[in-house]
Amino acid sequence: MKTLPLSAVEIKGDFPIFARSMRNEKPLIYLDSGATSQKPRSVIDAQSHFYEHINAAVHRGAHLLAEEADAAYEGAREIVANFIGAQANEIVFTKSATEGLNAIAYSFGSAEKGSRLSLGRGDSIVVTEMEHHANLIPWQQLARRTGATLKWIPITSEGRLDYSTLEEIVDSSTKILAFTHQSNVLGTINDVATLVAAAKSVGAVTVLDACQSVPHFPIDVKALGVDLLTFSGHKALGPTGIGVLWGTSSILEEMEPFLYGGSMIESVTMTQATWAPAPRKFEAGVPNMAGAVGLGAALQYLSDIGMENVHSWEKSLTDYALSEFAKLSGVSVIGPLTSENRGAVISFTVDGIHPHDVGQVLDQHGIAVRTGHHCAWPLMKKFGITGTTRASFYLYNTISDVDSLIAAVKSAQEYFKV
Amino acid sequence: MELDSLYQEVILDHYKHPHHKGLSNEKDAQVHHVNPSCGDEVTLNISVSGGIVTDISWDGVGCSISQASTSIMSELVIGKTVAESYRVMDHFSQLMSSKGTLKGDEDILEDAVALAGVSKFPARVKCALLGWMAFKDASVQAIEESEK
Repeated sequence: MKTLPLSAVEIKGDFPIFARSMRNEKPLIYLDSGATSQKPRSVIDAQSHFYEHINAAVHRGAHLLAEEADAAYEGAREIVANFIGAQANEIVFTKSATEGLNAIAYSFGSAEKGSRLSLGRGDSIVVTEMEHHANLIPWQQLARRTGATLKWIPITSEGRLDYSTLEEIVDSSTKILAFTHQSNVLGTINDVATLVAAAKSVGAVTVLDACQSVPHFPIDVKALGVDLLTFSGHKALGPTGIGVLWGTSSILEEMEPFLYGGSMIESVTMTQATWAPAPRKFEAGVPNMAGAVGLGAALQYLSDIGMENVHSWEKSLTDYALSEFAKLSGVSVIGPLTSENRGAVISFTVDGIHPHDVGQVLDQHGIAVRTGHHCAWPLMKKFGITGTTRASFYLYNTISDVDSLIAAVKSAQEYFKV
Repeated sequence: MELDSLYQEVILDHYKHPHHKGLSNEKDAQVHHVNPSCGDEVTLNISVSGGIVTDISWDGVGCSISQASTSIMSELVIGKTVAESYRVMDHFSQLMSSKGTLKGDEDILEDAVALAGVSKFPARVKCALLGWMAFKDASVQAIEESEK
């Protein structure tokens, strides 16, 4: 265990990438963890170790390597399960959170007519106005294919869900309520308990996009009460190409598989096949074994530090950043202005300077941010803007990173004479 | 500073005082182009008469590079034949894909040579090309329309 309080400076040392320099020989100030996080040495080593010493196809071989590969892959599944308070057989490895959400939508779309999960005319799917495209388009298209109606919970000008509309929008026609735990643009953390209660009262299935929450604060799926949840590995210090789909045992049993092939079967004839129990039923083909092992190492790293510590450190960074942003003139933060129920993501606009141009100036200072619509085009339209500059923080960021960001924003205003 | 090679004074002037911005009522074709990666948008009207680009007007939202480049492009092509303006566009496309190795021919590109520095920033090249792609699309449509 690392000692309290969290020392972000010490943690930076665990991440090899911070040893490199950026343009103009500036050190890297990485404020784009909402897009993807950097990787600690232990994650990089775990993947290399798998390829150098273990590599074999899981669930197939009769040799020592296959046994060890099985143990490594299933061991990673155990780590993921423990990290979110789940059972190992409820954890499905996917390639990404996007794939997980699409897979759920696809599976529901192919559910047998008349089953609890099947949709048709007269049914509705409910999302929110703050969804990332990955938790909007799969449902929009599922509605289009099945004849169901897509509805959404609007947001307030402060960037919170307008819960007063919940009773009207979630009704007896609602079959699915899919929503994000934390907005990737606004930082808003949604009230899962209220949304789950509304869904349960009408018998709807709940799907939680946990991409921006699992990496940043403690999650217990049982306490959340949702039916399905997805997150990506690469936003949680893990490698790219590995994601997690979690579901209750009962819903995973009900769901149709979405990829057919090797490993996912129980028995096969030329005309028929039956499925292995979850999670195998959803993992056709040789999976991303090294990716899973890398994700296991990443979540182990986070557990060793303690997610409560990660959360409280990010909260202190958010408090400080919001107070510094409030002092700037000509700069508006899009989203809640206090750190209450809010993550360490700060989207902002600068009067007279397009986000691309802000990002370009920041880049000259070695500061990496995201600019544009953040895959949330409807949300941008709601706020009447084309894009924002987004600084997203993680455990390796420091107070001095915030100071550098604020100074660079001021220098952009000077450069563009606004 | 490296930034100055990207944001030359000419570019900032066009950005703050864009030419031919504001859509005219007269047009032979209108197109709407977006840059899906950043959400920048341009709507462009074109008038073509006897093979000559007689007018361009446009509106849109975008960064300094996309706005300045569209403004400069409008200045360049109005009054030229469509064929001549395509030659200018080819020079500009070459400049943009040069990764900083070309300076651009000022006799052909005029103010557009100020955008040469953009080619050193791969993420910004598509910003500089947004208005030009809209022009190309609009000119093709205007010619097709006139041949109907």
